[in-house]
Amino acid sequence: MSASLTTIAYIGATILFILSLGGLSHPESARRGNFYGMVGMALAVLATIFGPAVTAQGLGWIVAAMVAGAAIGLVAARKVQMTQMPELVALMHSLVGLAATLVGYASYIDPASSAALAGAERVIHHAEIYVGIFIGMLTFAGSLVAFGKLSGRLGGKPLLLPARHALNVVALLLAAWFGMQFLRADTTEHGLLSLAAMTIVALLLGVHMVMAIGGADMPVVVSMLNSYSGWAAAATGFMLSNDLLIVTGALVGSSGAILSYIMCRAMNRNFFSVIAGGFGAASGQGKAGAGQPGGEVSAIGAAETAELLRDANDVIIVPGYGMAVAQAQHTVFEITRLLRDKGVNVRFAIHPVAGRMPGHMNVLLAEAKIPYDIVLEMDEINGDFPAAHVAMVIGANDTVNPAATDDPDSPIAGMPVLEVWKARTSIVMKRSMGSGYAGVDNPLFYKDNNKMLFGDAKAMLDEVLVALKTAA
Amino acid sequence: MFWAIGTYAPAAFLGHFTVFVLACFIGYMVVWNVTPSLHTPLMSVTNAVSSIVVIGALVQVAPPLTHGVRLHDWIRWLAAGGIVLTSINMFGGFAVTRRMLAMFRK
Repeated sequence: MSASLTTIAYIGATILFILSLGGLSHPESARRGNFYGMVGMALAVLATIFGPAVTAQGLGWIVAAMVAGAAIGLVAARKVQMTQMPELVALMHSLVGLAATLVGYASYIDPASSAALAGAERVIHHAEIYVGIFIGMLTFAGSLVAFGKLSGRLGGKPLLLPARHALNVVALLLAAWFGMQFLRADTTEHGLLSLAAMTIVALLLGVHMVMAIGGADMPVVVSMLNSYSGWAAAATGFMLSNDLLIVTGALVGSSGAILSYIMCRAMNRNFFSVIAGGFGAASGQGKAGAGQPGGEVSAIGAAETAELLRDANDVIIVPGYGMAVAQAQHTVFEITRLLRDKGVNVRFAIHPVAGRMPGHMNVLLAEAKIPYDIVLEMDEINGDFPAAHVAMVIGANDTVNPAATDDPDSPIAGMPVLEVWKARTSIVMKRSMGSGYAGVDNPLFYKDNNKMLFGDAKAMLDEVLVALKTAA
Repeated sequence: MFWAIGTYAPAAFLGHFTVFVLACFIGYMVVWNVTPSLHTPLMSVTNAVSSIVVIGALVQVAPPLTHGVRLHDWIRWLAAGGIVLTSINMFGGFAVTRRMLAMFRK
């Protein structure tokens, strides 16, 4: 296959990747979109293998490496639980980062890659390698820490070193300084020394950046690392002068950036303050005394809950990550089916940051066989709460906190929330009166039309289901 | 920044840079159209797609030798390592996306 033919195949792959992302605008077209993605990838890989840059003696290596990788990947994809998706995605981001780093090193050591270059072109080529390795390593280290936090191997609390902002700045300056040394290096060995030093700095910076971010901000972090892995691919593309890598990297990079933006907006937080870290630990505690809501909490049991649900015509369920932790989604499905069979209009309201990554809750509900057309986004359903008879909150807290709209002093003031308190009755299922991630007290619990159903979400919902069945 | 690039960068770099900027815009347009309920599959599919870095590793395994012998044999090992890592991503990413999307039913 000639170089031109390979380029044409790359253009085809680029179009297929764009179609793949475009397909995700609707669940029906999404399956086809994923298929386009696979075809595009196969096309790109085959065109490269049979292209001019790979000789026959490399085939054995390539096949062996790909088979090994494919086996691991396919097993992981089959075994993973849907609640573990954020961990898997974080781990995979780290692989892209590490691969970009390896490619960068190989590209630098290979004398053929820069032998033909001189002057400004050589400097640019080396700068591209340097930036590529830096982003790759940052992605690798950050994603690995994010994986540790999401899977519970590391604590969710932010690590707050003294002068942590200064440390980040120093790390960036160090990386820049080693960069200057690297560009001035006269031999490959000297260059490698600067590269290795920068790689360590990038590793520490990545670890430190994600360590400083609290558990509540994980959706932003995962999206941000998604974006980084894209930029790492784009940087590799510049390094190899390969437009397919540049385009694909840019697509992935901007996708992750948009997701980060959406997550930040949903929490009413500034992107830079999230990255600077520290949220989810101390904030909110100072306000706890001043904002103590008045009124009494009224608790109800499973039987009364079933009664309320049976008498309702319009029910909105607000699931949070607590539902997934309790593995209650299948019971939720049973209750939903029962109520829908009785002609009750049941819908689900999803807050953008529900779950541990963007769209996580939708996947968990889909896994529990809940039809996607009754699962609505916050903007679509917030206006319908006043007409709802019952709003049932399962394992969510901060995303239904009226203080965000009513109390300008609240730490979460201005964050868009699901207005469940506007429903005729709201029922909150919770293990105890403890506060959510943000550590903010929730005035919803003290409202007159709110009932609390204490206990494990799964156990309580099972009881509700039994009560509903016996009455029917 | 654009001014600095325009002043100093050679033409070959500018060509790639044009492609990069335009691709960012396409990504921006396309991703805003993605429904929020599919954001998790979006992340896993973009993750699978970013394993396109594999091309960078593939071209380094056994390139045609125009400059005589290759100095270091371990370029090949680095590249093979890169292929393993990206293949995990490529196959795992598409497979898990497929598994997820199959769950979305009316």
